[in-house]
Amino acid sequence: MSMSATPWTRKDLLGLEGLSAEELTLVLEQAKAFKEVSLRPIKKVPALRGRTVVLFFLEPSTRTRTSFELAAKRLSADILNIQAASTSLTKGETIMDTVRNIEAMKVDILVIRHSVSGVPLTVAKTAAASVINAGDGSHEHPTQGLVDLYTILEKKGQIAGLNVAIVGDISHSRVARSNLWGLTTLGARVTLCGPPTLVPPGIERLGVTVTYSLKEAMREADVVMLLRLQLERQQQHLLPSIREYAALFGVNREKLAWGKPDMIVMHPGPVNRGVELAPDVADGPQSVIYDQVTNGVAVRMAVLYLVSGGRPAKTPKPAPHPERPVTA
Amino acid sequence: MAPTKLLLRGGRVVDPANRVDTTADLLIEGERIAAVGDRLSASGAEVVEADGQIVFPGFIDLHVHLRSPGREEKETVATGTRAAAKGGFTTICAMANTEPPADNRPVVEFLLAEARRSAVVNVLPIGAVTKGLAGESLADIGELKAAGVVALSDDGRSIMNAHLMRRALEYAKMFELPIISHAEDTTLSAGGVMHEGLVSLKQGVQGIPSTSEAVMAGRDLLLAEATGARLHLAHVSARETVDLIRAAKGRGVAVTAEVTPHHLALTDESLHDYAPNYKMNPPLRSEGDRAALRAALRDGVLDTIATDHAPHTQAEKDRDLEAAPFGVIGLETAVAVLLTVLVKPGLLSLTQLAAALSWQPARALGIPRGTLSPGAVADVTVVDPGRAWQATAETFESKSLNSPFIGWALHGGVTEVFLGGRRIVHTGEVVTP
Ligand SMILES: [Zn+2]
Repeated sequence: MSMSATPWTRKDLLGLEGLSAEELTLVLEQAKAFKEVSLRPIKKVPALRGRTVVLFFLEPSTRTRTSFELAAKRLSADILNIQAASTSLTKGETIMDTVRNIEAMKVDILVIRHSVSGVPLTVAKTAAASVINAGDGSHEHPTQGLVDLYTILEKKGQIAGLNVAIVGDISHSRVARSNLWGLTTLGARVTLCGPPTLVPPGIERLGVTVTYSLKEAMREADVVMLLRLQLERQQQHLLPSIREYAALFGVNREKLAWGKPDMIVMHPGPVNRGVELAPDVADGPQSVIYDQVTNGVAVRMAVLYLVSGGRPAKTPKPAPHPERPVTA
Repeated sequence: MAPTKLLLRGGRVVDPANRVDTTADLLIEGERIAAVGDRLSASGAEVVEADGQIVFPGFIDLHVHLRSPGREEKETVATGTRAAAKGGFTTICAMANTEPPADNRPVVEFLLAEARRSAVVNVLPIGAVTKGLAGESLADIGELKAAGVVALSDDGRSIMNAHLMRRALEYAKMFELPIISHAEDTTLSAGGVMHEGLVSLKQGVQGIPSTSEAVMAGRDLLLAEATGARLHLAHVSARETVDLIRAAKGRGVAVTAEVTPHHLALTDESLHDYAPNYKMNPPLRSEGDRAALRAALRDGVLDTIATDHAPHTQAEKDRDLEAAPFGVIGLETAVAVLLTVLVKPGLLSLTQLAAALSWQPARALGIPRGTLSPGAVADVTVVDPGRAWQATAETFESKSLNSPFIGWALHGGVTEVFLGGRRIVHTGEVVTP
């Protein structure tokens, strides 16, 4: 991986759709620099000293929020946590009212998680602060997509030319969408696998292959990524039963043998053990699930740093850069 | 006292009922059209120079949500009919999904009284098909007819019970009332926000499949065929529905169908940034659907253009795409949008436009309007095709601003409107009586 000359010019990170290979590479390189920091005894750098990061989570998510919080702390930012229960949104205040109020406090970065697709984009259109999408509805989860790219790169040394199978509820998965854009942009071959009720018709037009057979999906795969199944899907007539789903699309040790011996197993978490992944596979030698969690902090540090106007560097400079191009 | 005379001189008179598209004078005497012809005598008449302008029969909109009674924060009869006049509409049909709904005589009478008091254009009430729009039992249709409704519709809701729809079609026959179907199988569309297609897939938004409309339209066409009743399909949006209507018309089914300016002008791509002003039901569909709608309007498979004017407050639309209500306003931009996107590029003739906006809606209701024949009521709309303007929040008479066309550069503006010979719009502005 060589240093990219492309500067980061976006005010926001709303999705991986539309990001160039150069931009993706830039974030991954920056994340690598920060991962080195996280291996030092003192893990803190002053890159965001004096900046305020708001973690605005309107949908519960301990994992992503914790990862962002740790990332912001390691960059020495001031952090404000706002969660669904502590806002007045339930009293009829619109999301835009709340954002205007937060903005009035002159914050620098808004990290937004929302159950409705498009909310971070709507906020970013009017907010002066940088907006980072921490997952919106079924749309995108760009930092998770970047974490997955980083982890694949770390384990496989490259992304171009790899076969990546994404298995599960593609229709409702923001992780699948972000991975689809990131992986195809960086030259991987993506195969989507799940029952036809959970794989949107026409998705092949986005440059991926679809199969309803897990065996087929795993045959050539270098990476298999399992998605979390929302257990209420069977009430929506999308599945006859969780048991049948696990039988057809869950990966256990026996089915793992359908893939190459060096195939890695990924999952964005939290895992429904025994549904999409058997415990012995989740904890087995091919699983990189905990690497994904570790890398989450470094990748989110990179994203916070870049949107705040940082410039790529092997070792981040102590002083924050005041200028910030707004061209996103 | 002799009736007032008014001469519209030298305009391009477009009157599809009489196959007229020619430069001529049009003479109005009192409430009626007296003559259309070359160099009519101006003696004793007020002369309006219409050189370079188009003289249409007043537009008729079969699908307007006036919101009165009950939701006057969105629209009133006064503001809704001022919006209609400004857009060149001289007759509008008021949908029954008010609060309370128009499923009984007092509500219809309230609307008509309100119209006598404050309406700028003709308001024709539509009655509910079922009590409370609940889709469970027939409304008192005879009573509604006696109160003055011109059609029946549960629009906004779909009548999911096929047996009830069959009985409604049969029963309405004795009153010669068309049933206007909002065709939507809600078991297929439930939870959907925008058209199910590549755009909804990319955006992670739950889709409303074309089949939710086509399945129900297919059912209603078969029921209309079996019962011999008059069916009008509201706001057709999907290519599949167009194909079903074409086939039904080929079999002689008594069906008419409408399409909205927004479905003719826009596609689901407009929702790329999740803006609630592009959210309506049925949703904006794909490029292929839009092309099919345009072709069907040209070849007459789709008969009428209706706005489905559906006002909502800014507070309601200032929410995320899922929470915002369905519906957009359309009365004031309709003809300009149609001239800009269809007529100017040569996709629709002025005669076809006038037929869809005036003559065909009048025929669908069986009312003696929508033409410039001598002796007809003088509902006349004059349009300057050269007028370039931009729809902004300030240009609307409607109480609501939920238009998908705000900011659009439009070509063609309504200049003068006459209702029964009386001027209600002058130089583009509503004349306050
Ligand atoms: Zn409707």
